[in-house]
Amino acid sequence: MNFKLKDIGPQLITVLAVVLVFGFFTYNAQVNMENRGIDFGYGFLSQESSFDVQFSLIEYDGSHSYFRAYLVGLLNTILVSVIGIILATILGVIVGIARLSPNYLINKFAAFYVEFFRNIPLLLQIFFWYFAALRALPLPQDAEPMFGISFLTIKGLFVPAFIWQNFNVFFYSIVAAIIAIIVIRIHAKKKQETLGKQTPVLFISIGLLLILPLLSFLIGGVRLSFEIPVLKQLATTSFIYEGGVSLPPELIALALSLSLYTATFIAECVRAGIQGVGKGQKEAAASIGLTPNQVLKLVIMPQALRIIIPPTTNQYLNLTKNSSLAAAIAYPDLVLVFAGTALMQTGKAIEIVSITMFTYLSLSISISILMNWYNKKIAIQEK
Amino acid sequence: MSKINFLKPDKSNLYTFLYLGSFLFFISVLDVLFNSFFNINLTGFLPNFLSFLLPLILGFIGLYFIRIELSGIKQLDLLNKHINTNNFNAVLSLLIIFIILKSIPPTLSWFFVDASFAGDSKDVCTGSGACWTYIKVWMRRFMYGMYPNGEQWRINLSFIALALLGSVGYFATDRFKKYLTLYYVVIYPFIAFLFIFFFISGGPVFFDFSYGIIAAILSIIIGFFIPGKFRFYYFLIVPLALYVLLKYFIFYEELIELGKLDGLNWVETGAWGGLSLTFIISFFCLIFCFPIGMAFALGRRSGFPLIRYISIGFIEFWRGVPLITVLFMSAVMFPMFLPADFFIDKLVRCIIAISLFEAAYVAEVIRGGLQALPRGQYEAAKSLGMGYWRMHIFVILPQALKLVIPGIANTFLALVKDTPLIFVVGLLEIVGMLNLAKTNPEWLGFAMEGYVFAAIIFWIICYAMSKYSYNLEEKYKTDR
Repeated sequence: MNFKLKDIGPQLITVLAVVLVFGFFTYNAQVNMENRGIDFGYGFLSQESSFDVQFSLIEYDGSHSYFRAYLVGLLNTILVSVIGIILATILGVIVGIARLSPNYLINKFAAFYVEFFRNIPLLLQIFFWYFAALRALPLPQDAEPMFGISFLTIKGLFVPAFIWQNFNVFFYSIVAAIIAIIVIRIHAKKKQETLGKQTPVLFISIGLLLILPLLSFLIGGVRLSFEIPVLKQLATTSFIYEGGVSLPPELIALALSLSLYTATFIAECVRAGIQGVGKGQKEAAASIGLTPNQVLKLVIMPQALRIIIPPTTNQYLNLTKNSSLAAAIAYPDLVLVFAGTALMQTGKAIEIVSITMFTYLSLSISISILMNWYNKKIAIQEK
Repeated sequence: MSKINFLKPDKSNLYTFLYLGSFLFFISVLDVLFNSFFNINLTGFLPNFLSFLLPLILGFIGLYFIRIELSGIKQLDLLNKHINTNNFNAVLSLLIIFIILKSIPPTLSWFFVDASFAGDSKDVCTGSGACWTYIKVWMRRFMYGMYPNGEQWRINLSFIALALLGSVGYFATDRFKKYLTLYYVVIYPFIAFLFIFFFISGGPVFFDFSYGIIAAILSIIIGFFIPGKFRFYYFLIVPLALYVLLKYFIFYEELIELGKLDGLNWVETGAWGGLSLTFIISFFCLIFCFPIGMAFALGRRSGFPLIRYISIGFIEFWRGVPLITVLFMSAVMFPMFLPADFFIDKLVRCIIAISLFEAAYVAEVIRGGLQALPRGQYEAAKSLGMGYWRMHIFVILPQALKLVIPGIANTFLALVKDTPLIFVVGLLEIVGMLNLAKTNPEWLGFAMEGYVFAAIIFWIICYAMSKYSYNLEEKYKTDR
């Protein structure tokens, strides 16, 4: 009996404390809302939002619902995160490898980059790019074309738009290529395990990825043309480019600073991963007659990736969460559109903040579940 | 002299290649140097494209010629090993040298040569360089925010006093070393709190919250002198009793009057700002987030399932949301959760929000250290008859914390770098003040100088912190 009490006591006290705190908050929230005449509910999501958003991926204006505004914000967050992740990965891997270079200058240059960008607050970097660096760009009418087709101006980056005909045929051809590659990979693995013969999977996959879409152009009737942005006069001194795709300066500043900042952390992950593979592994692999390429592909990379991928995913998550700093430079992401404008209009603080937090939470929890599964899968089976 | 094959530099013609290669390399560097420092294009007679690439080509050939293995000249071998191992490396080295040479003059001229330092109005900033006059004029605002000019000595004095008190650990003799932990964990934060409470604020800043802090810290200090047998009951009752006592029997105004120094005006937290606010917030969040994080790290590894699930829920919740939404919550949602007459200053709300947020990260880092300890340590401690707390305080945590010094330092760095986000609730530390100064109609167009200035300050703070953590790591490294 005594033993059981010792077991249950602390748990009971903790749970009681948590319940008390939550109960206190809920009670107060109810009382406060009653006093102020606010009613709790998510019904406002279907009401007309009556505010406009500067930049959205889907069709949106004031006559759409708040839920649509939420989607606009979410898509903008995902857009800037995806751009940032791609750029940060490319830069991070290059810098991480450069940090291991035997070349003194390259090594120090990479180290300088990492130390410099890692130790400055991200918000400051975003402000710097947006308010100081990008403001030095030329006005639309003075902009020099880059490669003759795209324009980098103070009002954003204007690039040609793709105009597809029969896009679905092209899309199906890519899907078919990917399925074919997966099948070939499985087949090649089986073949290697049973017969010990290697198939050049990489070349076959690259070939498939090139040939199938090409075939869709030749046979499937897919056509691609470009719409090049043209200068248009709005008023006597105000110009803008029309046609093509325009990326607002907020997006450029945000993606640039997010990727420059996160790349430093990814570089450190990559460096730690490659350094974490013992020197003996490399020598052992070489001594059984593998070529340098095979050593890299079959021995170093699988082990290094095991160390690199978990912290790198963490950095991707951080980047996605950091993209919420967009609110500081008025890039219409989830926080600005939903937790900013929509909250101001409806006054539904609890509902809107909880939806916003829940969105980020579900995003990162789903990724961390995926990560745990992956970690378990690749973990070394020890006896 | 043997036959020279220019495609294969070898040792037999060492000096020919060495002189030729060095000469070409020297010429290429000289060309870039003249170009960038004196704006003279030595190869202007060539077509544009060739003139642009010529230094690279010349330098590349030069480096190719001097790439002779085992030449017997020590310097040359070192050079080859470090910047000139193969063609690819040679090109990269050249590019980096040229980029550095090219970027020195514009940087120097922007920072110093063309910059304006004198004067105290915008009119002196006519050059193409930086306008440091702007920083000079706004310096007080960047450092102290809207804190009244006449009162700023209070911040300076408090910071100097706290820095002196903080450095006590370096001078402590062995006799007092064992009290240092107590000092730094409990007494020092309490003194800092008093300084900020009575001196920098000089008025009601923390309101109801302050009773809680005072009650908690007082009861912890007294708790050290309570025999272990009664400690559990003591901590169950006394803090609450103290809180009630403070709230209902000692009136707030009396408490203020008690500690109020003559002639100090009340400066409300809305006027605080600048770099000093960065320090205040970082300091308190750092102090609060560490014990909370430690508690949740232990909770997550606890044998009681309910405590474990609550800890996991807490950690994953805070780690899953961005700080900016947490601050939003503290600004717009949190007041709804409190009784209507219960007021918490927004600075305190910020500190609570950031502390809880960073505590989750600290918890994960400490958990990593706890997991890295071999099971034998736990078993050995238990076999000596130690209980849960004794085992953790004397055996497990000292070793685990030693292991995770770099991780904790990274979390603290992240905390310092996250402080500018408090602009969300309307508090303006240095980055916020910069944005405010930037929009002043008399000082338009100096955004760059401001951001560079703040970047330098933050860089110095963060770099110093990371170097210090590296030193700590070396100091406490033990071989096992």
